[in-house]
Amino acid sequence: MILDFDKHKIPLEKIIEQAVNWLVANYRPQFQAIKWPVEKTLNGIDGLLQIVPPIVIIAAIFLIAWRMASWKVGIFGVATFLLIGFLGFWEDAMTTLAMVISAVIFCVVVGIPMGVIAARSDRFASFIRPIMDAMQTTPAFVYLVPVVMLFSIGTVAGVIATIVFSMPPIIRLTNLGIRQVPSDVLEAAEAFGSTTNQILLKVQFPLAMPTIMAGLNQTIMLSLSMVVIAALIGAGGLGVPVFEGLNSLRVGLAAIGGLSIVLLAMVLDRITQSLGEPRRRAARGSK
Amino acid sequence: MTEKVAVKNLYKIFGPNPERAFKLLEDGSGKDDIHQETGLTVGVQDANFSVESGEIFVVMGLSGSGKSTLVRMLNRLIEPTRGEVFIDGDNVTGMNRKQLMELRRHTMSMVFQTFALMPHMSVLDNAAYGLNVAGVDKAKRDERALAALEQVGLDAYAGSYPEELSGGMQQRVGLARALAQDPSILLMDEAFSALDPLIRSEMQDELLKLQEQTERTVIFISHDLHEAIRIGDRIAIMEGGRIVQIGTPDDILKNPADQYVQAFFRGVDPTTVFSVGDVARKNQVTILRHKYAGPRAALERLQEEDREFAYVLSRGKHFQGVVSIDSLREAIEEGTKEDIGGIFMPDIEPVPVDTPLQEVLTVVRQYPCPVPVVDENDIYIGVVSKNRFLRTIEHGLAQSEEAIKAAQTAA
Repeated sequence: MILDFDKHKIPLEKIIEQAVNWLVANYRPQFQAIKWPVEKTLNGIDGLLQIVPPIVIIAAIFLIAWRMASWKVGIFGVATFLLIGFLGFWEDAMTTLAMVISAVIFCVVVGIPMGVIAARSDRFASFIRPIMDAMQTTPAFVYLVPVVMLFSIGTVAGVIATIVFSMPPIIRLTNLGIRQVPSDVLEAAEAFGSTTNQILLKVQFPLAMPTIMAGLNQTIMLSLSMVVIAALIGAGGLGVPVFEGLNSLRVGLAAIGGLSIVLLAMVLDRITQSLGEPRRRAARGSK
Repeated sequence: MTEKVAVKNLYKIFGPNPERAFKLLEDGSGKDDIHQETGLTVGVQDANFSVESGEIFVVMGLSGSGKSTLVRMLNRLIEPTRGEVFIDGDNVTGMNRKQLMELRRHTMSMVFQTFALMPHMSVLDNAAYGLNVAGVDKAKRDERALAALEQVGLDAYAGSYPEELSGGMQQRVGLARALAQDPSILLMDEAFSALDPLIRSEMQDELLKLQEQTERTVIFISHDLHEAIRIGDRIAIMEGGRIVQIGTPDDILKNPADQYVQAFFRGVDPTTVFSVGDVARKNQVTILRHKYAGPRAALERLQEEDREFAYVLSRGKHFQGVVSIDSLREAIEEGTKEDIGGIFMPDIEPVPVDTPLQEVLTVVRQYPCPVPVVDENDIYIGVVSKNRFLRTIEHGLAQSEEAIKAAQTAA
């Protein structure tokens, strides 16, 4: 039997379109409810970064990088941002930064509690595991499809896509970090009369912190890669010059856009890597 | 002595629907049979005992005997399947969460085999942990924690972190953490088993010293027989989830309940179990000081009774000194009419009645006369001679041989 693909087609496209239209028409308030906090956060942060003079922001970058990593990273950060500014991408870079920060805030606020629940409940952990596997295997811009369907295009939609895409690492590593706390320490905490919350706050979180921070680092890096791709659906930021350049064969534009993104990624990575290292370096040094 | 802790018909069965095991237990099935039939593990079976206030109660047994499970049911770290635990008359098994928290924060503290210190907290914060969760403010709890650290000799390390300390020191912190709550009951789960023998011995001394300072009720889990004998007022022996025998160390040594217990105690040096009071004999000549009639009369008495030494006591029977035939003869020759005190043999000190026999070995060897034994009021109880000492060891060896033979034939 010859399979004649031209004659027979599954009308899935039409079905999905109708389903989505139905969803959007009937659940508009719910989707707006999801969009609202993201929009407010994004606009707030973006507004702030755009208003503050670049020199202040660059100084802040230096201080943060120095504090969290080393002065070398501080210099690198300053150099990167100066370059980005002098390439004409300052506003775009600030938008990208705002998108990343907004996305990460939501990832943390939703992701860490979910990680805690997963650490406590084997059932919940096995329930979300396949979901997170799917989320991490799915190519980045495939995410854009459902997001566009439900949230239309634009920067906010881009951030929503980023939130969903970048959340798995922090959920996973919070779960892992908490589960890895030695059981005898937990037993001792219980034996001395701690409540469940006291154990979580005084014992589990502090001991899981290095692992959770490693998760945060991964989430931040994934966010950066995703917000750039979000330029495809009309989001602002550094993705714009890259895609514009690619679309109009302006190679130089695409290249410098790409360079800016790479440098920004490196700075963010260096800064947040130090979060994943165990604290109390001072105590270690005193041995 | 009041009953501090009482355990009645306590069971722990691990696995889903543990009630299934009870029917089988009633029918007399053993642990292995039950596991084969139902997949359930019988952790503790029908435990019944009580612990007196202020005693050190040792629960002993091999791995898998249920001792760790048993002690964890006392503070409900493991929930009992059936049975009751009473502390100061209160039913612990029936307590709600809040009451249980209070119990754990104020009445009962625990020390763990693996130390279980919080790696991210300083030594001081670790010691203060129990007070922290109980809501004591920082100044007060640091004060109490520091006092507890002083008790174990680690106050200088208050700012250090657990990873910087040796095993013995870490366990001292664990002990300080337990003591900081000032509990009336201490649960110690193989607390010294992870330490090397020298440190373990020191820690045992430490515990006994602390117990002298502030008497608490201590329930101590151990698999080390010598540890149990050394620190235990009473010992409970567990096997396969059941308590097989409860008694003082020498009760158990003299009357082992079954071959398992006997085999356990084989090779035990009885001088580590018995105290001088157990073997002292009242077979020496004693002279009451106020009735002393001079060296000649004393010498005559000794010769009559065919003894070499006479033990001089006060009117109230307090030990004063020892005279020998030689020292009396000397006194007669020199013609001294002084008080008998001048004729005492030099450097003869009495030994307290509860001194472990092992500790008086050197004294028994060195003294020219049988060693005098006195009670806590310095009242003369009797003597321990070299002969008596050797007899005790001989008897102990004989018992061990019997036990070994019995265990071998049973095997």
